[in-house]
Amino acid sequence: MIELRQISKRFGSAVAVDGISLHVRAGEFLTLLGPSGCGKTTLLRLIAGFETPDTGSVWLDGADVTATPPYRRNVNQVFQSYALFPHLSVRENIGFGLRMQGCAAPERERRVREAVALVEMEGYEDRRPDQLSGGQRQRVALARALAPQPRVLLLDEPLSALDAKLRQGMRLELKRLQRRLGLTFVFVTHDQDEALVLSDRIALVNRGRIEQLGTAADLYHRPATPFAAEFVGETNLLRATVVARDPAVARVRLADGLELTVPAAAVPAGVGAVLLSIRPEKICVSKQPLATANVFPARIAEEIFQGATDLLRLETGRGLVLRALVANESAMLEALHEGDRVWCGLHGDDIVVVPGE
Amino acid sequence: MLAPLLIWLLVFVLVPLGILAVFSFCERDEIGRVVFSFTWENYGRVFDATYLMVFARSIGYAALTTGLCVLLGFPVAWFVARCAPALRQRLLLLLMVPFWTSFLIRTYAWITILKSEGLLNSLLLGLGLVSAPLELLYTPFAVVVGLVYTYLPFMILPIYSSAEKVDGALIEAAYDLGCGPFRTFTEIILPLTKPGIYAGVLLVFVPAIGMFAVTDLLGGARVPMLGNVIQNQFFQARDWPFGAALGVVFTLLFAVAYWFLQRRGARPGSFA
Repeated sequence: MIELRQISKRFGSAVAVDGISLHVRAGEFLTLLGPSGCGKTTLLRLIAGFETPDTGSVWLDGADVTATPPYRRNVNQVFQSYALFPHLSVRENIGFGLRMQGCAAPERERRVREAVALVEMEGYEDRRPDQLSGGQRQRVALARALAPQPRVLLLDEPLSALDAKLRQGMRLELKRLQRRLGLTFVFVTHDQDEALVLSDRIALVNRGRIEQLGTAADLYHRPATPFAAEFVGETNLLRATVVARDPAVARVRLADGLELTVPAAAVPAGVGAVLLSIRPEKICVSKQPLATANVFPARIAEEIFQGATDLLRLETGRGLVLRALVANESAMLEALHEGDRVWCGLHGDDIVVVPGE
Repeated sequence: MLAPLLIWLLVFVLVPLGILAVFSFCERDEIGRVVFSFTWENYGRVFDATYLMVFARSIGYAALTTGLCVLLGFPVAWFVARCAPALRQRLLLLLMVPFWTSFLIRTYAWITILKSEGLLNSLLLGLGLVSAPLELLYTPFAVVVGLVYTYLPFMILPIYSSAEKVDGALIEAAYDLGCGPFRTFTEIILPLTKPGIYAGVLLVFVPAIGMFAVTDLLGGARVPMLGNVIQNQFFQARDWPFGAALGVVFTLLFAVAYWFLQRRGARPGSFA
């Protein structure tokens, strides 16, 4: 569907995109995720045609469009600022692309009506953008981009200007819409929650390169780089040395002397030092000793109420600090409080050895 | 709260206009003193064919000047507005530089350029483009050049101020929706810069009708315009009442033009 081949783009001395190759499949929801300034927006602009790459080529539907201007590319974008035409009504905004295609008035009218219905904006057709709320503008921007029926929809942080509640709702709506229309979506965001919820695949971008490309679960459970482990979700990143290994398990020692057992397959042979990623929710915290491979005592140094969950800061007493996530207080569960002495349990399979160190 | 504004309006606008209106109904004695009486005669003379011609010519020149200013000023304003902010400030400063010199001196400079042994003719002769010097000075051409030169900044600044507010993403959005560069100009850029263009038209057209210095200096008083005629009544002919009547009609013309442009969306506050 979309293919980027060895794309590079620099602005002055800053390298925005550094030799990225990426294949976006037809009908998939692909998210470009990364911190601000990582090159993800430039990548989107290269696909839209607002930027031309210094080297490499952009392919749409099997055709090289590297030199094709944006107004001749069959992709439409939802802009971060929405970029609705302030002098046109909602109807005229949504019909703009169709009018440019030379779509006759009756047909245009029908398709605008469809697009309006799709984003549930009936009754607002004659308003101007400045008479709409943020969420409504967002819907109009979406309808405007969808009305010309592009093969690919590009979305540049379209939810970032909405308040949290609205953002949650729009996320689900976007996903539903994409499934229903069977369109290819390329979605840019810096919000990892958004990426995890929406995407079929995520391309994690950092410093102009793709750090990891995979499903949300891939990125979360099997981070390919330390950056991936840290950027996607919360984690405890710990350095350790390999002290022993047999065919089944390896023993690794953390800086404070705590030793953990991990599956041998996770530790590449001949490697002495490894980086471990332990997700906070994988650590089991209890007042009773736990029956699992890795059990160690700790003290709850801090308890942070987060609504559904409690974030605990655990001190092992030997200088190691771990963050653990536990379900919020419930009559079914034992109560955990700041200052409690507890046992931590951790299954070996839940410890991820991060490659690339 | 409004008192200072009202006093200002009274002293600088209403009182002078009132005097003008009163004078326009008066008569003059043999040595040109204003004699207070009531007569429509001055207005009768305003609608004399000679003066109607002057009105028409003035409007024609002012319209041509305004049109040329839009054509020349829009690209400049748009270009400056699309520059990086630091560069933008410097370019705007360059636009202001001419104002540091007296307007009369700048107009005299045009005489040096346009006269038969002037810079332009020397250049054309030197390049072999003409065999004899062109007669440029004291022609309608020189008048239009002078008027455009004088009023161009007043067109550029308001258009710039509108153009600067046009979000670049809107142009990208238009491209994205299949709108080519030319249609983007007519569909998006032009409608969004319209307030600036109207404000510029107002700032150029209205004063250009009344301009007399440029027409005197570069036109050699061969093509008298409304400004010249009015100036003449006050300084040479010493017919203040008639000059005042011309002034009143002229002011009404302004008001109508202003009202018309205002209705079409010009915002007087929309220029820098």
